[in-house]
Amino acid sequence: MTSASAPPAPAKPAPGRGPARGPARDVAGLGIGRALGFVAPALLLIGAFLIFPALWTIYIGVTNYRLTGVEAVSPSIVGLSNYTKALNDALFHNALWLTMLFVLGSAIIGQNILGFTLAWILRRTRPAVRRTVEGFTLLAWILPSTVVAYLWVAFYDRDGGTLNSLLGTPGTAWLIDYPMICLVVFNTWRGTAFSMMLYSSALQAVPPSQLESARMVGASGWQTLRDVVFPHIRGHVLTNTLLISLWTANDFSPFLLTKGGPNHESETVPVYIYNVALQGGELGYSSAISFLLLIANLLVSLVYLRLLRRRA
Amino acid sequence: MRSLSRVTTAGVLGAAALALLTGCLGSSGSGESGGQDANRNAEAKKVELTFGSNSVKGGKSSAGATFISDVLIPKFVADQKGKGVDVTVKFQGDGSDDEVYKQKLSLDLSNKSGPDLFQIDGIWVGEFAQANYIKPLNDTVGADGKVDEWDGWKQIPEAVQALGSYNGQRYGVPGGTDGRVLYFNKKLFQQAGLPADWQPKSWDDIISAGQALKKLSGVTPIQINAGTAMGEATTMQGVLPLLVGTGTTVNADGKWLGNNSQLRQVLDFYHQIYSTGLGDPVLQREAKGRDKSFAEFAANKIGILLESDYFWRSVVEPKEGVAKMADRDSAVGYALIPAAKPGGGVKGQDFVSMSGGGATVINPNTKYPQQAWEFLQFMNSADMVKESLDGAAKITQRSDVNSEVLKSDPMLSFVAEKVLPLTQYRPGLAEYPKVSAALQQATADIVGGKSTDQTASAYQKAVETAVGGKDKVASN
Repeated sequence: MTSASAPPAPAKPAPGRGPARGPARDVAGLGIGRALGFVAPALLLIGAFLIFPALWTIYIGVTNYRLTGVEAVSPSIVGLSNYTKALNDALFHNALWLTMLFVLGSAIIGQNILGFTLAWILRRTRPAVRRTVEGFTLLAWILPSTVVAYLWVAFYDRDGGTLNSLLGTPGTAWLIDYPMICLVVFNTWRGTAFSMMLYSSALQAVPPSQLESARMVGASGWQTLRDVVFPHIRGHVLTNTLLISLWTANDFSPFLLTKGGPNHESETVPVYIYNVALQGGELGYSSAISFLLLIANLLVSLVYLRLLRRRA
Repeated sequence: MRSLSRVTTAGVLGAAALALLTGCLGSSGSGESGGQDANRNAEAKKVELTFGSNSVKGGKSSAGATFISDVLIPKFVADQKGKGVDVTVKFQGDGSDDEVYKQKLSLDLSNKSGPDLFQIDGIWVGEFAQANYIKPLNDTVGADGKVDEWDGWKQIPEAVQALGSYNGQRYGVPGGTDGRVLYFNKKLFQQAGLPADWQPKSWDDIISAGQALKKLSGVTPIQINAGTAMGEATTMQGVLPLLVGTGTTVNADGKWLGNNSQLRQVLDFYHQIYSTGLGDPVLQREAKGRDKSFAEFAANKIGILLESDYFWRSVVEPKEGVAKMADRDSAVGYALIPAAKPGGGVKGQDFVSMSGGGATVINPNTKYPQQAWEFLQFMNSADMVKESLDGAAKITQRSDVNSEVLKSDPMLSFVAEKVLPLTQYRPGLAEYPKVSAALQQATADIVGGKSTDQTASAYQKAVETAVGGKDKVASN
């Protein structure tokens, strides 16, 4: 994303130098003190609402804190035992596996492919048509997730649900028999609009002349996509995939559709955290799992950022 | 190297912040106040109280919420006005699942806030007491005999008082109690050639009635609550009534139920129902399965259902029920729950039941402990208890009221006279909810198709973890 006219690498102080005072002054001509003054409100808010709760979660994660019972009176520090418990917890492993399936199926594959295909098709339509379609598709993304979730619960419902009438399969309990497939379809549908919009704008950056030349040399549709289009939009693909993967991994809507059931078959990590914390009252253990989820998200982000940088 | 040192700095900062936090938490944790003055604000002329309950007008337990906000509170306010005290009572209704309500309360209470008085399930009393969220009434209101002298206690049977007690001390005043029976649809029974005064004498009798009902199309013969989606309903309206029918209880001789022959007998019975098409396994796994089973019973699609008298009073009740049956009185039959075999139930009984109920307790951190206790007495006076029924019949905590109001309802008289003498209460121990969760999981496994042996050994492991050791679990 860096253009040729960017200021000389302010984010990378020269190796082996002393304090970064020089560059900081150079960027906007401000002293450190004044600069801190400007960012202080934001830092305070971030500290109060992000860093403090995060540190608190880490702390609770090493205690045996429960909502009720004896441990609620005087929680004590139990070291890393919540983490070792997670390592041996079959339900947590199950939740991790289901979360990976959910991310892979609905975000990395579903939303990406469907979003790109829609954008690719719409690119050739008249602007009025494109805007209308985009508007309608975006509705799915704009609507509150609770509303969308309940619409889908009704859609999948065993008795009188739309899906059963459409397929002529009365009495099929989709949410019970195929809970993960239901969730993947639901989340693909809901998140596709975002990917479509992103790819729509990305595709505008592909120079028409290159597409034209590809057509002239007789490149097939796939070759054009692979050799002309993708190199231009690779950054967008990675950014989009990172964003939607993180959103999906942290998504709580599975709870609204299935509560994680039946029998833990659709219990993704956020739902498991909820169930452990608020149904079982085990705040310590659930905090430890939350922290593990945070670490997993950070690792995924690092991998993507590395890929992005390699591309740049 | 550079990035390493950056990481180190961040780590050191993080650790420092953590240490700081730990210090803070430690001090706040140890700031537990020892007994407060029970007479604080006793002479106050302007008083504000909040009453918390998991009921809401037009929603969950609507009748209860309506009574509290429209009758009880105004009457209490008027009563206090007569004594020269200006009281405002705010009703804090809730309409959540019981588990969610419990966790919300726990969070409030752990922060020393929450309503001044609130209703809780009798089974939470032990847990809340252990967590110091509630204290014996004598501690909160004062140990000078005020609580023990209340004349209401004489009208509340010992067994019912246990709903608000823990370790022999009174923590709250119990509300009513209940009992469990087998409901059956007389119309379906007639079609299947079964008697209208059906009374099974063993589990085999239930199964054979189910097999007769199975011949009717579109009918689920038997629904016995199972699985995790229904929470405590599975334990109370499924596992425990069956378990006492095998001759044991969930906590016998100080040990928790493990993988023993009685547990396997219960699981086998579930297996028999849900693997042979006598029950609908899907209904048991749905998030809203219990509500759906109510609706199906009311729509004449379920033959036999194990439920509490709540089902009669609030579900199929013709006017206010959530799944009204206009012809309830003629169409719904009820029978005692038989032991697995005659004489095979707990204490050698032929028939069994389980009971539960709630209690109203005072928040130890209330600003007005004396006025809260006055409210509690007022609420549980014979007049108010009678008035809370609003003409309906319900098993109340007070014997004097019961003998007067239950005459009008044959089903509830049946529960009061025939079921309550046979009934069992759940142990008021802090580990109970975890054991209950393990039992729910076990039935979920059976409904999901696992074998009894597999399920029973998984349950054994779960319950050992839940109660903290093999030695606390009875298995064979």
